[in-house]
Amino acid sequence: MPDAGDALRTLSAVHSAIAHDSAEKHVSGEALYIDDLPEPAGLLHLFVGQSTRAHARVTRLDLSVVRGAPGVVCVLTAADVPGKNDIGPVQNDEPLLPEGVVRFVGQPLFAVAAESLPKARAAAALAVIEYEDLPPLLTIEAAQAANSLIEDSQTMRLGDARAAIAAAPHTISGRLVIGGQDHFYLEGQVALVIPGEDGDLHVWSSTQHPTETQHLIARCLGLSDHSVVVEIRRMGGAFGGKETQSVQYAALAALTAQKTGRPAKIRLDRDDDMVMTGKRHAFIANWQVGFGDDGRLAGAAFDLASRCGHSADLSIAINDRAMFHCDNAYALPAAQIVSHRLRTNTVSDTAFRGFGGPQGMMAIERAMEAIAWRLGKDPLDVRLANLYGVAGDRTPYGQTVTDAVIFEIMTELEASSDYRARRQAVAAWNAENTILKRGISLTPVKFGISFTANHLNQAGALVHVYADGSIQLNHGGTEMGQGLNIKVAQVVAHEFQVPLDRVKITATRTDKVPNTSATAASSGSDLNGMAAQAACHVIKQRLIDFAAREFDCAPTAVVFAPDGVTAGETRLSFTELVRRAYFNRISLSSTGFYRTPEIHYDRAKHHGRPFYYFAYGAACSEVVIDTLTGENKVTRVDILHDCGRSLNPAVDAGQIEGGFIQGMGWLTTEELVFDDLGRLRTHAPSTYKIPAAGDRPDAFNLSLWQGGENREATIHRSKAVGEPPLMLAISVFSALTDAVASVADHRFLPSLDAPATPERILMAVDDVRRRAEAGA
Amino acid sequence: MGRPIRFLLDGEVRELADVDPTLTVLNLLRYDLRRTGTKEGCAEGDCGACTVVLGELQGGRVRFRAVNACILFAPMLDGRALFTVESLKRGDGALHPIQRAMVANHGSQCGFCTPGFVMSLYAHQRAEAATDSQTLKDALAGNLCRCTGYGPILAAGQAMGLDPDARLTDALAVELAAIQPVESLEFEHRGRRFLAPRTLAGFAAAVEANPDATILAGGTDVGLWVTKQHRALPTVISINEVAELRRIDDLGESLRVGAGVRYAEAVEPLADLHPEFGALLRRLGGLQVRNLGTVCGNVANGSPIGDTPPALIAAGATLVLRKGQTTRSLPLEDYFLAYGKQDRRLGEFVEAVIVPRIASSRVFRIYKLSKRFDQDISAVCAGISVGVADGRVTDARIAFGGMAATPKRALATEAALTGKSWTEATVRAAAEALAQDFQPIDDMRASAAYRLKAAQNLLLRAWLESAGAAPVRALDAKAVARA
Repeated sequence: MPDAGDALRTLSAVHSAIAHDSAEKHVSGEALYIDDLPEPAGLLHLFVGQSTRAHARVTRLDLSVVRGAPGVVCVLTAADVPGKNDIGPVQNDEPLLPEGVVRFVGQPLFAVAAESLPKARAAAALAVIEYEDLPPLLTIEAAQAANSLIEDSQTMRLGDARAAIAAAPHTISGRLVIGGQDHFYLEGQVALVIPGEDGDLHVWSSTQHPTETQHLIARCLGLSDHSVVVEIRRMGGAFGGKETQSVQYAALAALTAQKTGRPAKIRLDRDDDMVMTGKRHAFIANWQVGFGDDGRLAGAAFDLASRCGHSADLSIAINDRAMFHCDNAYALPAAQIVSHRLRTNTVSDTAFRGFGGPQGMMAIERAMEAIAWRLGKDPLDVRLANLYGVAGDRTPYGQTVTDAVIFEIMTELEASSDYRARRQAVAAWNAENTILKRGISLTPVKFGISFTANHLNQAGALVHVYADGSIQLNHGGTEMGQGLNIKVAQVVAHEFQVPLDRVKITATRTDKVPNTSATAASSGSDLNGMAAQAACHVIKQRLIDFAAREFDCAPTAVVFAPDGVTAGETRLSFTELVRRAYFNRISLSSTGFYRTPEIHYDRAKHHGRPFYYFAYGAACSEVVIDTLTGENKVTRVDILHDCGRSLNPAVDAGQIEGGFIQGMGWLTTEELVFDDLGRLRTHAPSTYKIPAAGDRPDAFNLSLWQGGENREATIHRSKAVGEPPLMLAISVFSALTDAVASVADHRFLPSLDAPATPERILMAVDDVRRRAEAGA
Repeated sequence: MGRPIRFLLDGEVRELADVDPTLTVLNLLRYDLRRTGTKEGCAEGDCGACTVVLGELQGGRVRFRAVNACILFAPMLDGRALFTVESLKRGDGALHPIQRAMVANHGSQCGFCTPGFVMSLYAHQRAEAATDSQTLKDALAGNLCRCTGYGPILAAGQAMGLDPDARLTDALAVELAAIQPVESLEFEHRGRRFLAPRTLAGFAAAVEANPDATILAGGTDVGLWVTKQHRALPTVISINEVAELRRIDDLGESLRVGAGVRYAEAVEPLADLHPEFGALLRRLGGLQVRNLGTVCGNVANGSPIGDTPPALIAAGATLVLRKGQTTRSLPLEDYFLAYGKQDRRLGEFVEAVIVPRIASSRVFRIYKLSKRFDQDISAVCAGISVGVADGRVTDARIAFGGMAATPKRALATEAALTGKSWTEATVRAAAEALAQDFQPIDDMRASAAYRLKAAQNLLLRAWLESAGAAPVRALDAKAVARA
C-alpha cells in the first residue's frame, strides 16, 4: 500500500506539502543523534563539576582525590586550556573554565574524563572545593540597583515621545514582568570528539552553529580553524539553545581528546542541562502610551530591563531585537525605547526562538488592552486602528514598512474565527457566571527577518551532481527538526526538475561549507535555499552550455522539465545529459553563495534598515479561567499566518503550531524559579512544565494566508517561519488578561505578569476585585 | 548467582545474568544491546522519550502497557515481553501502520521524542483503546514533544487503525507462558542483591530478614533514587511478582487494594467507589507512570505531595501493614508522622489500603491544583468528604496535600463545619479555620499565600458544586463546552 511518504518522496516541486526528509527514520528510531553513534574504542566520558555558588572566590580546588579515583584518566581545569580560555561568542567574557572566581550556580568549574560516565560522575563528587562568597546579583532589580550592565543602556527614538504622550488626551502606564523560558529540547547538550593525525579533531556537536564551535574550539586549544572539523547531521531540538550554549561542552570534549589522544564524549543529563545552560531572558517592561479618543496612539515609551546572566553571550543582539519589536505591528507616531542589559550572577541567558522579540512585544499588547478598556472599545478595534499600513509606515528605527499585510490578515481572521459573535458570547457568559470567566483576544505579529548583525546574513552551499545523475546537497544550515533540509532539497530538485529522492541530504560539516552563520533568526531556508539555488544555477548553466553545443541549439532552447531535458530537437533524461557532460569533461560540482541585499544598520544611532522584510501572522485565542483557583484552559485557537509562497506548507504548518504551543507554554505553565541563593529549583520536567498534549485545544484552526507572497526576491517568494509563530501565543496571554479584567467589567487593568500560572491568575483576579471594591 | 532474568524481545527469549539490579532498561537497550531508538529525555519518567511497551501475562491474556524504560530496572523484565521502536518493523522492512500514520500526518519534527510517541500509540493500539481526542490525550500525557504542538501526533493516533498483529497475541501468550518463572528471581551482583519473591509469605519473610532493603513496586519513585540521586541500593526486594498483593478485593462496604496494584489497574475499581477517584487517578503522572506505580507505593513513601493520600484520608481509608505473619491496621492519617517519617516499623511493609465505599448522600470531592493540568505534581491536593443531613453537616473529613510536611486532616476546619448548616456562610467561616490547620510553605510549585487561598476556595468550590450551581471548574472541559 503506498503511503503519503512514498508518494511525496517522488515529488520535486517547491510549494508542496512534503514530509520531513527524516520522517521515516524518526518514526522507526533509525535517525541517528550523536549519542546513538557507535562508540569508538577507548572512548572517555566526561562529567562536569559545577559551582554551587552564585558568586564566589574559589579559595581551594583540590582535585587530587578525583584524579586518583577509579577509572579517571584526566581532570581538566582552567590551567589545562592551552589557548585562549574564552568561549564568549561576542565579548571575551566567558571562560571555558573559570580562574579563581565563579559567577553562577552551575558554572562548569572542572571536568572529569573517565572510562565510564558513572565513574566520572562519582569521581567528580570527591572534589574538595572551598569558596569565599561574594555578593551575588540575582534579579533584574538588584542588578539595576548596582548598575551592573553588559553594556551601556541603549536608546532608540522616533520624534519626541515624551512630549507626544504629554500632549495626548489620554495617557496610561504600566509595568509587566516577563519570565524566562528553558528551551527543553528533548535531546540535551551532547558532543563526541575523535582525535586524528597532526592534532586534528573531528567534532560531532549537537549545535546550530558548527562554524563558531569550530572557531572557539580552535581558539581554546591553540589550533587553527583548519584543524577542527565540526559535523552535525541532526539535533533533537534546539530552539536557540544550541546556538552558543553547545560550545562549552564540545570544547571540553575537544580539550580532553587533545590532552589524552583518546575519543571523548559528553552528554548532559536533563538536570545538569537545565542548570548549566542559558535560557530565554526574563524582562521587566515599563511602558507608557498617549492616545486620542479614537484609540490611536500619539506616542509610546518603553523602558526594558533584562536579566542577561553572568556574561554577554548574545544578549546585546537579543536586547536590540526586543527594542526592534516594541512596536509589534503598530505604527508609533513617536517612540522612545530604552533598553538596559543587566549582568547578573545567573546562567548566561541566550538565544531562544524570537530572540528578544517576544519579550519586546508584550508591553504594547498590554497597552492596546489598556487603551481599549479605558475608552470602552473592543481591543481588536484599537489594534486595527494602529496597525502599520493603517496608521503609518515608519518604524522607530527608521525603516519604512513597505510590505504591511497585517490589516488584511487580521480582518480575514476576525471573520474566519467569528470573533465578533464570540466576543458577544464571552461577554454574555461573563455576565451570568461569577466563578468561571472567559476571555478572548485576537493579536497580530510582525517580525523582522534578517540577522541584525549584518555580516551574518550570508550563506554557502556545495552541490555535487554525480555521473549517475544523483545529486548530493550540502549547505551551511543545520537541521534541528525545522525541516530546513527538505526545503533546501526541494529547491535543488526543482532547479534540475528531478524527483526529490535523487537529492541526497548530508550532514552539515565545516569542511564542506566554511564560515557559515548560525542556523538562527528564522533565516535557514532564506539564506541556504538561495545559496543552494546559486550552486545549482552554476551547474545548470554549464549543462545548458554543454547541451547547446552538443545538440546544436540555442542555450534558451535547453529546458529542464520533470520528464527530462529538451535541447532543441533532442530529448534526453537528466541522467543521460549528466553522463554525457561528464564524458565531455564538464564540471558537475559547484559552491553557491548568497548574501542578503539592501540591509544596513547604524547601531550607534539605532537607525537603518535592519530587516530585509517582515513576516506577519495573527491568532485568536479563547480561554476560560477559574476565579477560585486560577486554573485555566485555552478552549479555541484560530491562526492565520503569512509564509509568503510557502516552500513546504506541511513543514510551515508544523512550525506555526509548534511555535504557538511553545509560546503558550512560555506565557502560561513554564515557570523558572530561582531561590535566594541563585539555585534553579525547576530543573527537570517534574518541576518545569512545558505544554502536554492535553493543553492543545481540539478547536485549533490553522491556516496559511493564501494571499501571501514575499515582495522581496526571497527563495521562491517564501517567508521565514521559524520564530514568528511563537509570538502568536501572546493572544493566549492577552485572552487570559481579558478574562481576569472581566471580573470587574474591564474597569481595572489587571496586574497579570507572565507566565500566567494559576497562582498569578488568582492573585490578579483578587487584585482586580480588591481595586473594584475599593473604588466602588 | 541465581537464575538469569528471562524476557522476550522480538520473539526471542533473552537471558540476562550478572547485571546490576538497578540497571535501567533504557541503559540496557542503548548501551548494551545497541538499540538506540529508545531515547533518554529526562531520566525521571516525565517526558516519555524512553517509552517502551511491556507485554505481561495476566489471567492467560497478554496485557500491553507503555512504561518508561528510564526508571524501569532490568529485573522487572523477568517473565515479560519487551517491545521497543525497533520491534515494530514489519517482516518486509516496511513501516508499521502507526509509523506510517505518523509520517503521513507530519507527526515528527526533530524526531527525538518520536519513538516514545510511537510506542505509546503502539500500546494504545494493542490495548484496543478508543482513539477519540480526549482518550488519546490521556494516553499521551506522559509524552512530551517540544516541536509539533501535538496536533499532528493526535491526528496520527486517530488515523493509525486497528492492531495489525492482533492475531499474533495468542501466540505471544503461549511464548510468555513458556517463560513464566517457576522459581523466584534472586541474585547478587557485586554486593548488590535483588529479590523477587513470588508469595506473600516469602515476601514478608524477605522484608523481615532484610529490614534495610528497598522495597520496589513500580519504581516510579525508587527509580529516581538511582537515576537522579545516583544512590546505590544494596538490597532491593520487588513486590511485583507477589500475586496475592496484585489483587483488588471487593469487601462489600470497601475495596481492599493490594500493595502491588498499579494506578492504572485501580482507576476503574476506585472510580466505581466514587467518580472523583477516577478523575484524580487519570491526572496522576502520565500513563507510563500509572502503568508502573502503585497506589500503596504512593502512600508508603510518605510524600507530602502524594496525590492519593488526601483523597484516601478523606474517604476514611485504612492502611494494613504486615511484618512477617503479623498484620496491623491503622487509619491512614495516622501513618504519616512527620516529614519523611512514617509509622512503618523495621521489617514491616504496606500490604494494602482499604477504601470504604462513599455514601452517595455525602459531598465527596477531590481537587488537585497544579501548574499544568495533566501529569504534574500537585501544589495543593484536597480530599473533602462532608456528611449532610437535613441541611446540617453531620461530620466532615477534610485532608490536604501540599499544605504541610505530611498529608494531613484539617481538624479545625472540620470542627468549624460539623453541626452547622451546610451553607455558603458556614463554608466561608470554615475556610478561615484552614489558616489554623495549615501554615504552608513557599516553593517552586506555589507560594504559601496561594496555597492557603486556593485551599480555602476549594472548600467553597465543594459547596458550590454540591449546591448544583453553574459549572465551576475551568478544567472540566465538558462543563465549559456545554456553555
